[in-house]
Amino acid sequence: MTKANNKKGFLQYLKSPNSAGLWFILLIGFAGGIIFWGGFNTALEVTNTEEFCISCHEMENNVYEEYRETIHYSNRSGVRATCPDCHVPKEWTHKIIRKIAASKEVWGKLTGIINTPEKFNGHRRSMAEREWKRMKENDSRECRNCHNFEYMDFSEQGNRSVKMHKDALGTGEKTCIDCHKGIAHTLPDMKGVENW
Amino acid sequence: MKRLSYVVMVLGLACTTTLHAQEVNSGGVESLRGTATLDETKKAETMKRVIKDKNPIARNYVHQPPMVPHQTRGYRVDLNSNKCLTCHGWKYAAETGATKVSLTHFETRDGKTLSDVSPRRYFCSQCHVTQADAKPLVDNTFEPVESLGNE
Ligand code: HEC
Ligand code: HEC
Ligand code: HEC
Ligand code: HEC
Ligand code: HEC
Ligand code: HEC
Repeated sequence: MTKANNKKGFLQYLKSPNSAGLWFILLIGFAGGIIFWGGFNTALEVTNTEEFCISCHEMENNVYEEYRETIHYSNRSGVRATCPDCHVPKEWTHKIIRKIAASKEVWGKLTGIINTPEKFNGHRRSMAEREWKRMKENDSRECRNCHNFEYMDFSEQGNRSVKMHKDALGTGEKTCIDCHKGIAHTLPDMKGVENW
Repeated sequence: MKRLSYVVMVLGLACTTTLHAQEVNSGGVESLRGTATLDETKKAETMKRVIKDKNPIARNYVHQPPMVPHQTRGYRVDLNSNKCLTCHGWKYAAETGATKVSLTHFETRDGKTLSDVSPRRYFCSQCHVTQADAKPLVDNTFEPVESLGNE
């Protein structure tokens, strides 16, 4: 049999009543795909809210309580940065990667790695270090989603802010997380951390 | 003897009750709360703002801890970290433009000099405080030392 024959045979098969089963499977696959995909994205949305994050007491009793005292929870303009704003990338592929990495948190929940304040504080340095590393590597991308250096008005900032932003940030020598560690939570023991 | 102490006690009690009765009416004497009496609630003052950044504030006497000329909201000083030292520590002062802590901050109570900030000088805001733009609550006649550059 030749190739052309083969193709023709298949087309004919699709047109014949015998192919109903295949059509059915294709249809199911297609619909299922939509539902799965939609569901997947909905799941992504749902897990990208503050309510979801603090549904675990590990997150609520420690980091959330600390964050409530900071500028990103309450400020003069009433604009808030929520957990995913700082911790989950906005862009799709980066988001998926972060989400997959975060599945270890479920394991951590099950094994109770940080289920008491003492354990949380004991583990805080290594968690913080992972976040610092992530932010350092992506040039504090999540901060920059809201804070854009281009639009910072130096005449509105304090002298100390201007000095540091002009010298080290403007030149690209440092990134936000180099100087603004502990912006939302209590810091771990900072012994040996650069600049502390 | 026992009788005498009874008398003293009763007299003391009487005194405090009469004093107490008098306090309700301030008799025109003004305190920091104005002429308000103890049993009335005065309207709260509006909150004063701490100035974000300004030049160092002149000192009034030798060995005065200088006042903090900038905001310190959110600066944590605890066992784990000391935000003030990330600018005022000797390592970082040049880069941040902050005044270095003076060497007295390395001395212990009995005059030994340590290799880092002494525990008694670790909690900076115990001695250094921020300033708001507020009028003094009461007049005072304190004269700053001339040599420190105050007029
Ligand atoms: C199932 C409970 C649970 C939920 C829901 C949860 N977390 Fe966590 N989280 C944990 C646990 C447990 C750990 C510790 C994981 C470890 O270190 O093994 C953790 C660690 C972290 C860390 C430290 C990062 C690291 O790499 O160690 C960050 C940041 C974090 N969570 C943010 C969030 C955010 C943002 C959300 C909401 C999108 C969230 N968490 C939702 C339980 C949870
Ligand atoms: C969702 C948007 C958003 C994100 C993400 C965000 N911020 Fe902010 N940030 C704000 C807002 C809003 C304010 C407060 C503005 C005001 O003063 O009213 C603020 C204020 C600040 C301030 C001023 C603090 C002060 O005391 O005046 C700093 C510093 C800061 N952010 C750093 C960061 C850093 C570092 C990150 C990344 C880890 C970050 N922000 C992420 C929105 C955001
Ligand atoms: C070289 C260190 C450094 C870097 C890098 C840096 N900052 Fe700052 N920033 C400071 C200092 C110092 C202050 C003023 C003191 C303070 O508030 O703690 C400040 C103040 C601010 C403020 C408040 C400004 C004001 O005066 O009201 C904002 C907002 C801010 N930073 C955001 C950012 C963001 C966003 C980034 C990254 C794009 C960034 N900073 C990078 C050192 C830095
Ligand atoms: C303004 C940005 C910002 C917001 C909003 C924010 N975080 Fe964080 N988070 C950080 C940074 C930066 C770190 C890295 C450690 C540090 O510098 O304190 C961190 C660290 C953490 C850690 C590791 C433990 C630690 O203390 O270092 C956890 C867990 C965490 N965040 C969870 C949350 C949760 C849950 C929320 C929402 C209630 C939240 N974060 C909101 C910026 C943020
Ligand atoms: C972001 C860096 C930074 C941080 C953090 C910081 N300072 Fe400062 N501080 C400065 C700078 C810059 C000056 C002004 C120096 C000048 O203009 O001569 C200053 C000035 C001062 C002065 C006045 C010194 C003098 O000679 O009059 C005091 C006191 C002071 N700070 C105390 C503190 C305390 C206490 C903290 C912590 C709660 C703190 N600072 C945190 C940067 C900082
Ligand atoms: C027990 C009170 C006390 C504590 C706590 C304290 N200081 Fe001081 N500080 C002083 C006094 C007094 C002076 C002025 C005389 C001197 O230099 O000793 C001073 C001076 C300074 C100066 C000006 C130095 C100069 O050369 O003019 C700076 C900056 C300063 N302190 C920063 C800090 C910082 C940062 C901390 C926290 C790590 C701190 N201080 C903790 C009492 C204190």
